Parts: sequence; structure tokens; C-alpha cells
Amino acid sequence: MSSFLLRGVRPLGGDPVDLLLADGRISEIGAGLSAPGAHVVDADGLVALPGLVDLHTHLREPGREDAETVETGTQAAALGGFTAVHAMANTSPVADTAGVVEQVWRLGQQYGHADVRPVGAVTVGIAGEQLAELGAMADCPAGVRVFSDDGHCVSDAVLMRRALEYVKAFDGVIAQHAQEPRLTEGAQMNEGEMSAVLGLGGWPAVAEEAIIARDCLLAAHVGSRLHVCHVSTAGSVELIRWAKGKGWDVTAEVTPHHLLLTDELVASYDPIYKVNPPLRTAADVEALRAGLADGTIDAVATDHAPHPDEAKDCEWAAAAMGMLGLQTALSVVQQVMVDTGLMSWADVADRMSTRPARIGRTDGHGRGLTVGSPANVTLVDPNTTWTVDPHALASKSHNTPYRRLTLPGTVYATFLRGNATVLDGKLA
Amino acid sequence: MKRHLLSAADLTRDDALLILDTGEELARLADRPIKKLPTLRGRTVVNLFYEDSTRTRTSFEAAAKRLSADVINFSAKGSSVSKGESLKDTALTLEAMGADAVVVRHQASGAPHRLANSGWIQGAVINAGDGTHEHPTQALLDAFTMRRRLGSFDGRRVTIVGDILHSRVARSNVRLLHTLGAQVTLVAPPTLLPVGVATWPCAVSYDLDAELPKSDVVMMLRVQHERMNAAFFPSAREYSRRYGLDGRRFAAMPEHAIVMHPGPMNRGMEITAEVADSPRSTIVEQVTNGVSVRMAVLYLLLSGSESAIGQIAQIGESE
Amino acid sequence: MNMPEKSRDETVSTASPAPDSAAASPGRPVLEASDIRRALTRIAHEIVERNKGARDLVLLGIPTRGVPLARRLAERIGEVEGATPPAGSLDVTMYRDDLALRPARGLGRTDIPGDLDDKVVVLVDDVLMSGRTIRSALDALKDIGRPRAVQLAVLVDRGHRELPIRADFVGKNLPTSLSESVAVRVEELDGLDVVMLGTKGERS
Repeated sequence: MSSFLLRGVRPLGGDPVDLLLADGRISEIGAGLSAPGAHVVDADGLVALPGLVDLHTHLREPGREDAETVETGTQAAALGGFTAVHAMANTSPVADTAGVVEQVWRLGQQYGHADVRPVGAVTVGIAGEQLAELGAMADCPAGVRVFSDDGHCVSDAVLMRRALEYVKAFDGVIAQHAQEPRLTEGAQMNEGEMSAVLGLGGWPAVAEEAIIARDCLLAAHVGSRLHVCHVSTAGSVELIRWAKGKGWDVTAEVTPHHLLLTDELVASYDPIYKVNPPLRTAADVEALRAGLADGTIDAVATDHAPHPDEAKDCEWAAAAMGMLGLQTALSVVQQVMVDTGLMSWADVADRMSTRPARIGRTDGHGRGLTVGSPANVTLVDPNTTWTVDPHALASKSHNTPYRRLTLPGTVYATFLRGNATVLDGKLA
Repeated sequence: MKRHLLSAADLTRDDALLILDTGEELARLADRPIKKLPTLRGRTVVNLFYEDSTRTRTSFEAAAKRLSADVINFSAKGSSVSKGESLKDTALTLEAMGADAVVVRHQASGAPHRLANSGWIQGAVINAGDGTHEHPTQALLDAFTMRRRLGSFDGRRVTIVGDILHSRVARSNVRLLHTLGAQVTLVAPPTLLPVGVATWPCAVSYDLDAELPKSDVVMMLRVQHERMNAAFFPSAREYSRRYGLDGRRFAAMPEHAIVMHPGPMNRGMEITAEVADSPRSTIVEQVTNGVSVRMAVLYLLLSGSESAIGQIAQIGESE
Repeated sequence: MNMPEKSRDETVSTASPAPDSAAASPGRPVLEASDIRRALTRIAHEIVERNKGARDLVLLGIPTRGVPLARRLAERIGEVEGATPPAGSLDVTMYRDDLALRPARGLGRTDIPGDLDDKVVVLVDDVLMSGRTIRSALDALKDIGRPRAVQLAVLVDRGHRELPIRADFVGKNLPTSLSESVAVRVEELDGLDVVMLGTKGERS
């Protein structure tokens, strides 16, 4: 295996130093290192982050390979600086058995440009009625620890209680997609001033918040961990802050698009902005940023949701919900959180690597930039910009809401256990 | 210059008056033996109706034919890719057929916007009703009717009653009447008012009886019985008791006040037969006025090298 | 109510595509108020003489300025004959042959007094040039009724016909070049009566 000598990197935005990656580990950190035989990367001015970990990605394989595959999705991940992704279970067939989960895991091993950790469904078929064989999924070689019916809410209170209790046996966590189904029947966008004017069915904030409140109380009652997917409202942030204040083991994630975009964009009726949970108001965006900055929200998770062109090239009501996110996540976070002074690079490392890996029990990842850690490293140049071209992204699909926008920060290199998956901004 | 007519909210006061004044001139056509003008000869107007609506479709068809345009009726069922041809493919087909204008009615709010802004068609897009969003020509013909019956709009009090939440007619009327200087009050049970209505340029009331004596126009909207099943109101009976316009309520209206309804009516639900058929009801003439107003829209959008809507107003210029 | 300007014949037939200028008329007066008054009186007499009276006459002015001229002619005829023929207006925008060449515009008022069948319609316009406006008027009349005869009275005939159209009654024959402009002002709309001869390209 080759070794890499990264000269003059700034770990977490700090002072420049040299990093030596050898034998799959960070073997040395210091000034003026020499390593005969190592590839030298002139990393002057680049910020080094621990390899990013995405708790929430849709790789679409098996079943929707027209939209994305494990290979193309992980290529996008690597180009976005990610070294590990948790692949959601709403594939076809659903990942609700050890068999399907193992299939995804093997695809990741064979074709992945980042480590793929499959997420197991909570209920059979994600139908919300019967628990899936969570233990079998945990015990199989894929070692599932995160379980989610994402796309749907585990809305039955008894079923959610049982799931929270059951996974304690193998240190699992239920990642809830909080959406009260009856309050959101026919919902198309955030319920508020915009939805009233545009004549689109509303998705009220209370439908998310009521479930979060319930689940926090349930988790506390049964002594279990709870992870909340894609938090999108100010009220949700407050509830999580309250739950954490009680000492309950509740964690939460936010998507990059919910940190940047609001429901005013829906006025164009362009389904590129159709997503679940929906884009909310400016007040919600502000609260989410503050929540991420103060750590109430533990992680940025992309909810990367590829869709083929025809699923977006239509009228709003008929369009699929979801946006791409892997390749643009770090840039959006830099623009919204770092360049505004709300977070430092060290905070970014915490929210996009350390904590997600801890929540997902993503072993080998999120261990930081210390000697002896696995060599999962991302190098980013914060002083460059790039313009998003949907057809130049690695994903098979093109549904990015940032098309034609210019974003800061380009990923120069991504190392996965010491191997370069991305070098000089391109797939290696 | 506005190439399309997608929503009443897009129209300035000048735009709206231009359409209404043009409609007035075209209404005289009905008195002539030959009710046809050669103006849009050679143009093709496509009626792309995804929702059944004989009333609106035939109104647009009559309007186009009276201007000598060719009319193609395209009744499409299903909108998503799985149910039938996609909106995009249908649009590309119409473009290949050389449609100069597409009049579109669709159950999805924003479908006309997609047609107009996607680049799939070059012609003008006229919204004939999209989901629960807007129905601009309905608001225009309503305003036309009001002006004919009552004169100017300034300070006129218009009360709109019914299922505001699901009504594109209400949304278009609120915007257009506000633009024209009238005062609008919406009356409905709280369940049938959208969250966010407080920011609309109108007043809101739950009490129909309180509003009737102050109204110059009472516009009743159709309320579907089925809404009862989603708990919007407990029963049809309770709805019509609290919000229906019957003879007793009609008598509480000022003598000059008129009753309007976009149709189709649910006789007995939101309006009784005696009210609907009274001379102060404009329901039938709204239909006639619809043809004139739609002729005006088609003329202004299609007859010239570019649309007349949204042009800087030409005020009797001299040479 | 909106009273937009009808397209002028000369702006249709000239090479310059620019819109007419607004505000002050360029050029010099070729007909003053008194000239116009005399011309209208003479035309009124000619109409009566040609039609042997005022019976069955209907005067239709073409918006914008043909309309007040038609009204004045009707009054003069009334003074002469003791019976004032009905005067109305006929907007020809919808029948123009050049609609698709310029942006769409609002309509002028059409007000047909009574039935036209078997009547003698006298079209009244301020300036006659290419003849296309009058041809459009004839097309419009055809859809409205069947007059016994159609005659044309114009205040100014400036030549440059593009169609076989001629005026029956002319206030003044004014040979012009295509680079010149003829502007008629009427008291009812402009506050004064004058016909100005100017040059195209003089804009205010």
C-alpha cells in the first residue's frame, strides 16, 4: 500500500504541519517530516479534517439503480470528502433482513469508494406494523447498528417503544423520521404563508415536533438511545435541547439544505425544491444553524436522495421528494457555518466526523487526526470556489438544488484507510 | 411584457383594466348576427384539460372560435409518469403540433407554471385552474360582472363565502379585487381557512350574518359534501345552517347587492334555489361574461407580435 | 375607459418601425382651425348632395380622431337638412392585416347606432394613406350588416395608396413624401384643431 506525506496541512484549520499516512494509519504528525517512498502531497493551505461520515444516505441499490448505485453514490461521497456512509434501508427490496443488508454491505466492499454501513429497516417492508429481524441484521457481517424506516415514520407509539427497547441488546439506535402521517396526508410543502398562497398541501411543523417529543419521552422511559433524522424546525431544535438538558440520550442530525434553503423557493413550483421534510422558513433555518453551532444538533447528515430526471421534470404534485447532497455538503456547511463564524473547522470535524461515527458506531471512523488513528483524512481548500453543474457531479442523478450556484471550498483529497479515493479533486 | 396568464397575482391594475375594457368591447359581439372576428385566424389554441370541466372548456373553446382560431381539445387523464403520458411529453407533443396557446386546467397546483417556465413549449400558457392555487380568468370574469352590475371597484365590499382553503377561485379573487381597489372579506368555518390567511390582503370572519348587511357582493363558493369526511365540518346540514345563503340571509343583504357563484352549484348546500334563480344573482351572466373575458385574454396574448399585457400603458398617443 | 390610439396608416406602411412620438406635433401647420371648419362644412354639403338628403345615412368614425369628426359632420348635416343622421364609431383593430407584426394593443370603442342593413354608411377618418385601415373597416362592416352603400370621408388624403381604395369626400389633398408625417389634432381630444405636416425622425 502506498504512503502519503501531506506537507503543510492545517489540521482542523490549525497551524501547518506534516502528516504521514502509512500502512493504513496516521503514522506521524510533525514538522519537516521525511518519508522516502511516500507520495508527497503539497498540501500548503489545505485544511485537514478527519474523513467525513454521513449518517444518512440513499444509495438506491438494490432496486433503483436508474437513480444511483453503490458505486456512483460512494464516488459522490468520496468527492464530497466522505470516507463512510450509512445507506438507508428503503431500497427495493427493503433492507429488512440480514440477506439484503449483507448484499448492500458486499456491494460496498466491492465497489464502494467509501465504506458503506447499511442501515436496517425498523419494520418489515417499512410498513410500520411488525418489527423486522433487527437482531439478525445486527449479528450479520454487516453489523448493523442504525435502524430506520426513513421515508416513513414509525408512528405507532407501541411499536416505537418496542423498537427502542429491543435494540438496547446490541447497542443499536433507532433513527426516527419524525412525521405524524395523519397530519401530513397529501402534504407537499411546509405549512405556512407560502403554502397558503401557492395552493399546495401543508406539512405542519407540529407533525415533526409532536413525534420528536413523544419519542424523547419514550426513549427516556425505557432507557434507550434515540436519534432524530433530518431535524427541520425551530421547535424541534428546542425539544432536543430540552431532552438533552434532561440528560436523555437523544441525538439529532440536520441536512445541509435545511441549513440554507427556505420555502420561498417553492414559489417557482420547481420540484428541485421538493423534499421531505420540506424546506421551512427563515426562522427555522436560523434556529437550525444555532442548534448545530451549539451542539444541540450533533451531526450534519446529507439525506442524499437521488431521483431520475423524469421524477423531477413534471408538475410539483407528481414529483419525487429528495435532493442530492453528498458532493456539496461540506461546501454548504462552510458557506453557512464556517465562513459566517458560527463554527470553526474543529466544530465541523466534530459534527461531520466524530459525532456521526459515534452515533452510528461506525468503527474505524471518526477517530480524529491523531497518530495511530486509521488514515481516514479529508483535505479541503477553503479558499477556492466552484460552480455546481448537475451534470458534472458523480451521482447518476442530477437533482441538486444548488445548480448554477457558486459554493466555497473544494475537496482536494480524500483518504480511506490510507488509500486515496480522491486526489487533486478527482476520483483516484 | 407578460407572455402568459398564470395567476391573478401577476396582474397590475393596468393589466386587469386592459383585460376588462377589452372584454367590454368584445361583449358587443354577441349582439351581432355574425359573432366572429378574424383576428386569430390561423392560430391554434389547445385546451389541455386534466380535470373534467365542460363549463370552462367550452367557454375557452367558444372564445377561441369567435376569434377564428383553431381549437384542439386535449383531454388528458392522469398526470404522473405511471398513470399516463407525462406533462412534459404532452407539452412536447403540443409544441410539435404548433400550439400558439395552451389553456391548461390541472389538478396539481403549479402545473401551468411548469409548462410556462420549463422551455417545453413556446406558446402562451393560460391557467384555466391549477389545483387549489389560482383560476385567473374566473376572477377576471367575476370582476367584469361586478363592474357591469355595480360600476367601479373602489371601496366595493365583496364577501366570499365557502371552502377558502381548497378554492383557487377564492385566491384569484382576493388578489385581483385587492388590485382593483375593492375590499374583500372571507367568511368560512376556521377549518376551511388556510394557515397564513392572516397575511392576505383581505379581512376574515367566521360570522356570515354579520357580514351580509355590509356587502355589495356576496360570492358563494361550492363546498363539497365529501369534506365532511375529513372533519372539516360535522355535517352538510350544520354547514348550510351556518354558512349557506338562503332566503332569510338574502333578505339581510342590501337591496343593490348581488349574489355570485362560479359554478357548479351545490343547490341546497351553500345556496338555495330561490337565491340562485333571483334577478340579483349573476350566475348565468357570469357564464356569458366568461366568454368575453376569455376572448379578451386570448386576443391580448396572441394577436400581436407580443403580448399586450404588461406593456407600458399607451395613453392615446399622438403623432 | 381606455381609449388607446389606433394604428396610423402611415406607421404601418413606412419603413421606420419606431413608434410614433408623443407630445408636441413636429413640423408646420398645413390646415388651421378655420380651414378645417370650412372643409367639414363642405364635406357635409357634399355628402347630402351625393345622397340626395340625409335619409338612411349612418356616419361611423374610425377611432380615434375619426370619431369626433364624424360627430361634427353629423351635426353639420343636421343643420343643413334639418335631420341629424346617427353617428357612431367602428374600431377596426380586430380586422387589421398587420396585427401579428406589432405588439397587441387595446381596442377602441365600437358603437354602431342601430341596424346597418340597407343604410348608407359613411366611414369617417382623419387621414387616408395606404388604405389598409379602410379595407379593415370594410371587412368589419361585412360582419355587422349589409349596408346599401359604403362611402368614405376623410379630412386629409396624403397619397401612397397600397390598395385600390379611394375617398368619396376629401377635406384636403396633401401630397407628401414617405419621410413626412401628417398629424391631425382635434379640439375634442387635443384641445385644438390643426393639421401638422412634419418629418419622421423628429421626436419629442
